[in-house]
Amino acid sequence: MLMTILRRLGQTLFVLTGISVLVFGVFFATPGADPTARIAGRNASPQTMAQVRHEYGFDRPLPVQYATMMKKLFVTRDLTSYVDRGEKVVPEVFKAAPVTLSLVTGAAIIWVVVSITMGTLAAALRGSWVDRGLMMLGLIGISMPVFWVGQVANLLSQSRYHDTIVFRWVPALGYVPFTESPWGWFKALVLAWITLAILFIGLYSRVLRADLIAVSGEDFMRTARAKGLSPTRVLLRHGLRTSLVTFVSLFGMDFAQLVGGGALLTEVVFGLQGVGRLTYQALTNLDLPLIMATVMYSAVFVVIANALVDMVYIVLDPRVRDGRA
Amino acid sequence: MRSSSSLPPGPWAVAIRALARDRASLVSVGVLALMVLASLMAPLYARYVSRTDPFLSNVAGQVQIDGRAVDIMQPNDNPLHLGLSPIGPTGRGAYLLGADSQGRDVAARLLYGGRNSLLIASAAALLCVVMAGVVGIVAGFFGGVVDAVLSRIMDIMWAVPVYLFAISLSIVMVSQGLTIGPFTITSDNLLIPIVIIAIVYVPYAARPIRGRVMALRNSEFVLAARGLGVPSARILLRDILPNVTGTIVVLAPLLTALALLTESALSFLSIGVQAPAASWGTIIQDGEGLIYTRPLVAVAPGLAIVIVVLALNVLGDGLRDALDVRETSRRGH
Amino acid sequence: MTGVEPILSVEGLSLAVPRGRTAMLPILENVSFSVGQGEILGIVGESGSGKSLTALTIMGLIDIPGARVTGSVRFRGRELVGLSQRAFRPLRGREIAMIFQDPMTAFTPVYTIGWQIDEQIRAHSRVSRAEARARTVRLLGDMGVPDPERAAGRYPHQLSGGLRQRAMIAMALSCNPSLLIADEPTTALDVTVQAQILELLRSLRRDYGSSVLLITHDMGVVAQTCDSTLVLYAGNLAERGPTEALFARPGHPYTAALLDSIPPLHGVRPSRLPSIGGAPPSPASRPPGCPFAPRCVHDHPACHDSRPPVVREGRQDVACVLPGEGRSLPLRLREAV
Repeated sequence: MLMTILRRLGQTLFVLTGISVLVFGVFFATPGADPTARIAGRNASPQTMAQVRHEYGFDRPLPVQYATMMKKLFVTRDLTSYVDRGEKVVPEVFKAAPVTLSLVTGAAIIWVVVSITMGTLAAALRGSWVDRGLMMLGLIGISMPVFWVGQVANLLSQSRYHDTIVFRWVPALGYVPFTESPWGWFKALVLAWITLAILFIGLYSRVLRADLIAVSGEDFMRTARAKGLSPTRVLLRHGLRTSLVTFVSLFGMDFAQLVGGGALLTEVVFGLQGVGRLTYQALTNLDLPLIMATVMYSAVFVVIANALVDMVYIVLDPRVRDGRA
Repeated sequence: MRSSSSLPPGPWAVAIRALARDRASLVSVGVLALMVLASLMAPLYARYVSRTDPFLSNVAGQVQIDGRAVDIMQPNDNPLHLGLSPIGPTGRGAYLLGADSQGRDVAARLLYGGRNSLLIASAAALLCVVMAGVVGIVAGFFGGVVDAVLSRIMDIMWAVPVYLFAISLSIVMVSQGLTIGPFTITSDNLLIPIVIIAIVYVPYAARPIRGRVMALRNSEFVLAARGLGVPSARILLRDILPNVTGTIVVLAPLLTALALLTESALSFLSIGVQAPAASWGTIIQDGEGLIYTRPLVAVAPGLAIVIVVLALNVLGDGLRDALDVRETSRRGH
Repeated sequence: MTGVEPILSVEGLSLAVPRGRTAMLPILENVSFSVGQGEILGIVGESGSGKSLTALTIMGLIDIPGARVTGSVRFRGRELVGLSQRAFRPLRGREIAMIFQDPMTAFTPVYTIGWQIDEQIRAHSRVSRAEARARTVRLLGDMGVPDPERAAGRYPHQLSGGLRQRAMIAMALSCNPSLLIADEPTTALDVTVQAQILELLRSLRRDYGSSVLLITHDMGVVAQTCDSTLVLYAGNLAERGPTEALFARPGHPYTAALLDSIPPLHGVRPSRLPSIGGAPPSPASRPPGCPFAPRCVHDHPACHDSRPPVVREGRQDVACVLPGEGRSLPLRLREAV
């Protein structure tokens, strides 16, 4: 067990290093463009250019540049935005993190509850019109661009039907910190949660249904029925519990990616100042240091969250615990 | 019973027959064909129906409605008539779906946008399948160190959120274009979004292909061929490749759907298709500012995306059932 | 099984599954047999003969959509064919228990063995967790599982195949069922473990008074274990009777051929064992007459018109036209056991 955890830790470090090299490569080793100009921003003065070149060591070999960059990101954390008048970017990322976390956690709760209900129901009523209807809904959910859903949600709740009883409670776009007003926090986020959750509800309910159906042909499901258990118990305690192993590993990947900035489009549409929107603003300003920081930190989130999920996985599946399968 | 003299039909014939029986797949193919056809008609529509240039700003222009000349930019409906809004849906040839904030015909732009969106999505999916096919087949067939290295690289790429990865790539390419040796790709070249989307989804597509190849490599008929001393290249060509096509064929529509969604997202963030060219994503972005006054500008291209992506997903499902491909990997977001 | 009402009596049991839009494909045809109190009945046949489906039909576990079951299955005088799933549930696991071929896949992988046995106990009787666990541990011990307390806390994949099958049998016996259906319980096990499990099954009659329906394709297993034997061929009864008599003087050419294909325990081993040519017909291609006729050395025109009637031949019931024609099979020269 200890060996398993150590091996996992080694892998995590490896992936982290790999990502940092990848990100560094994309930004600084892409052929045909001078990174100095990118960092200094548009129309930078020659003095700024010279300063940037010296600060990041662009006059020195690539490995030195890589080391300098990593030091500025993680050790001294003094990576500075030139576009945004010398703002330090790392603290900005940390300031945006709670917003993203609020958005993603709420959406995750919705999509887990709804997709487990939908998937289980569809599998239990396989072949019926309920099954077909739910799966079609899921497919539609997967097929909608999330930013468009957000726009339509805003159109309905902020403008068209804002004066009706259904949407009168909806506050103007923006974020309310939980510590300031939990109810306000909830109201500000609930439509964004649903918008973000739709894709994953479609995805997860379909995956879960397929898994449950695959599992229903297994010998142990027949054993469970032969034991005289009720169909509900067979489906939930034996079928669903076994399928959850896959479900959780999917969930870990997606949750991590969203916390790491994958919820960018939802944040932009709903005006939530999270990590993703920070990236978007950096993008519109061509603020390279800020983008580097958000991408790097998001990768760190993703990798750490993946490692956490693996631990959960070990708890859920005794076979993995013993290093099998 | 089939008469014993006729050979049983091949797997592809069986699959096509199964697909032809699946009503949902047939409808999807019809819808897709219709959308492609409509997009191809874009220049004809612009010339003969809307009679405007969908790429030129036309804020000062007028349009004839019932013999009257009507301003394209009209005073707002608010009590003080502050500001201007583009004309709404006219229900006629010109400005059928209204105008965008620059006075351009939304319906015509929708058709032109469809060309770019569909072209980018299918080209990116194709490029992605080719790259993922090479990676997956090489990793799965040779195994060992090659597989370990490729798989780790895929893991690393997969760990970066898809949109952040795409943004990182596009900020580098779109901001300054790309120069590789004698070739310069300008920032408004459609190749840029195509390449970006294709790269981003390689890990997604390579995984199931690798899995299939590994399963085939350890299957009895390949082991038997090895035992007989058949050279690797021949096994790869004769035994592995034909059997991986099923997986690839199922992946293709799903990848196209993903690529279409990603293209629209990138264009929405203004790092995909560059103005004045249109795609469904850029039109949604154009419509963002008008969402409360002229919602159709953003809603219509969104609906177009939903219809095409839904059709592709239904087709993918149908293909999976018809070809009986078990493992298709999950999707990103 | 003399004079007493049998535990299980199956009369004219048939199972058909839909094929295409309208056609029904017969899987089991008119199968009849009975199991007495404390009796071990073996059902033998090649794969595809319908052995396992017979068991699942008795348990009401056929979940093929549109499947049709006809005939009668009386369990302690109660008709099971047509019983609702809800009414079936208290019987399953409590009155009729089943053990399966592969104990690895037959346990849910994510729960401990003990949890799964407790679950069955608590599904049928109102006992506390602790009481259920105490019974589980006792059962595991009775089934010869060493250190049963610890074994109960282990996951299926952590036990050896033999121990898993013992645990499976413990689970099946946990509610003292009057009938135990064992579907190829030893096929997935090593030969030495096989013998132990068969010994365990034989002892159940003594210790628990259970009747056992043992499904197998192995005539050797039948000879060692079963009081009486039912031979199935292509979903039809071929022969049925006391094991001893059936082995000494098979009345059906198929039984005789099966017996010829077992290597003898004593004497000179033949250099080559006789085997039956061809393969059993699929349900879709069964001939209208005797289903075994195409492979039978005694095949003649009388075999082709309709299914042969079941007739009394010695101490057995045989579905063959030969006895009626006065051409009974000869006494076997070799003794099987």
